[in-house]
Amino acid sequence: MNSRASFVRRALLVTALAVLAIPFAVPTLWMVAASVKPLPEIFKSPPSLWTDHPTLAAYGEAFTFQPFARQYVNSVYIAVLVTLITLLVSSLAGYAFARIRFPGANALFLVVLTGLLVPSEVTIVPLFQVFKRAGMINTHWPLILVTALAAPCVLATFIMRQFFIALPMELEEAGRLDGLGRPGIWWRICLPLARPALSAVAILTFLASWNLYLEPTVYLTSPDLFTLPQALTRFTDPYGGEMWNTQLAAATMTVLPVLLVFVIAQRQFVEGLAHSGLK
Amino acid sequence: MRYWTTRRRDVLTGYLFIAPQLIGVVLFVLIPVGLAIWYSLNKWNVFTGKQVFVGADHYAALAADPQLPSVLLATVVFSGGVVVLNITLGLLIAVLLNRRFRGATFFRTLFFSPVVVSVVAWTLVWGFLLQDNGGINGLLRAIGLAAPNWLQHGDTAMLSVVVSQVVRSVGVNMVLFLAALQGVPSELYEAARIDGARSRSMFTRITLPLISPTVLLTAIITVVGALQSFAQIAVLTGGGPGLSTTVLVYYVFQQAFEFNDIGYGSTLALMLLSFVMVLTLLQWQLRRKWVFHEQ
Repeated sequence: MNSRASFVRRALLVTALAVLAIPFAVPTLWMVAASVKPLPEIFKSPPSLWTDHPTLAAYGEAFTFQPFARQYVNSVYIAVLVTLITLLVSSLAGYAFARIRFPGANALFLVVLTGLLVPSEVTIVPLFQVFKRAGMINTHWPLILVTALAAPCVLATFIMRQFFIALPMELEEAGRLDGLGRPGIWWRICLPLARPALSAVAILTFLASWNLYLEPTVYLTSPDLFTLPQALTRFTDPYGGEMWNTQLAAATMTVLPVLLVFVIAQRQFVEGLAHSGLK
Repeated sequence: MRYWTTRRRDVLTGYLFIAPQLIGVVLFVLIPVGLAIWYSLNKWNVFTGKQVFVGADHYAALAADPQLPSVLLATVVFSGGVVVLNITLGLLIAVLLNRRFRGATFFRTLFFSPVVVSVVAWTLVWGFLLQDNGGINGLLRAIGLAAPNWLQHGDTAMLSVVVSQVVRSVGVNMVLFLAALQGVPSELYEAARIDGARSRSMFTRITLPLISPTVLLTAIITVVGALQSFAQIAVLTGGGPGLSTTVLVYYVFQQAFEFNDIGYGSTLALMLLSFVMVLTLLQWQLRRKWVFHEQ
């Protein structure tokens, strides 16, 4: 009796969750499904996730219409570079703020934290002027420098600091007895231990760079330099009409790799987020 | 006496270690904010690129801008709508997922997945589904319901951006709520059960009060995030129809980069900054209270 009641309850729970999940899952599924449909079928009513005539034509088209391969490379190399710089800069600063006592440390930490307080939409107006004067408009420099050193990096520094504060002191003393200096302790002892924090930082920073939209829109004008989110909005035919199947194929190629990595490493993703100081 | 004592070396290392991060913040955050303040006091000639000091003119223009009331209204409706829906939905999903059952991890992954999908791709797909002849209307028509042209009317356009934004971002709050729910001591529930409490009153009397600090904090984080939603608006509605979905951050972008009014754009940007600062300071105060609460 009791087990039967709990079975019914569980079934209700799963049904409720499945219904709730529709708007979360369907757009992504739809995107993938529509990208392999022939164009006329995309607008078929009632809509379906299935097609009898799957085709990869739209995927090929995405590459002929824009320098999509190039844009893909742009997004990948910028995100990787930004992530590497942020890992280095934030682990150094996070370690110093957590473990080294130097005059003004607290005040300087507050200065760094202002990087989290100021939305990038506020600084982009003056930054555009500065980069224009420096001749860096229509280059990747603003995307790399600002993302790698401003807000996402400040969040990373904060996460790293929280992590290093919790490390036991004895480890460092042991390193010191072995004759390691500060850089040695940071590199040989603390960084290997900080793997969980470093991977959280890597994930958050990579996503922040990969999904950037306002910045490329403002700084870049030639299609060869575009990043993926920006390129996605430019799939229109010569008459300004939207090329939906090409656009959805391109969107699928933008989203799927990240989504697959997420599904495989989802525990790390989610915990990385809960760990990010938002708690 | 050796000059390079461990202590001195430590101090130097400290400064060297933080230097790249500190320089980054000064160059890309503090100086730009200072420049924005300076720009807001100047008028720029688009053609000659010359600037003239105009003092508080732009701030006076702010008060007289006939579009600003609509923009602020859209900002409040959008951010308010996002935060209310986001918190209720996030809490509901977290409570459902907090029960132990097979498939909980699967659903958690599913509800979280839109967070990793890029905003532009996510918004493009929603735009596609919300078109007059798109998938959502296809479904509505199939079951014989009225199918509005979602993105062409002010109210439904606002509803569309709010809903697509909520679904994309609610996963973050869900995770934070799950963490908070797991922090509620189970003895409290057992004691209440012995006293004969029903599950609804357990939720309102035990769960909600104990996680309320988290609810408040996530609410503020969500509002701050909503205030910065640019791509969603730009891709889905372009601020329209009319000004119905032109929120402040989109208006800043338009003024500064479409109409090249750097001075006025900066003034608006500073207004956005002041909103975010007030909310963040509020959060800081609450965080303190929250920490106290936990001890």
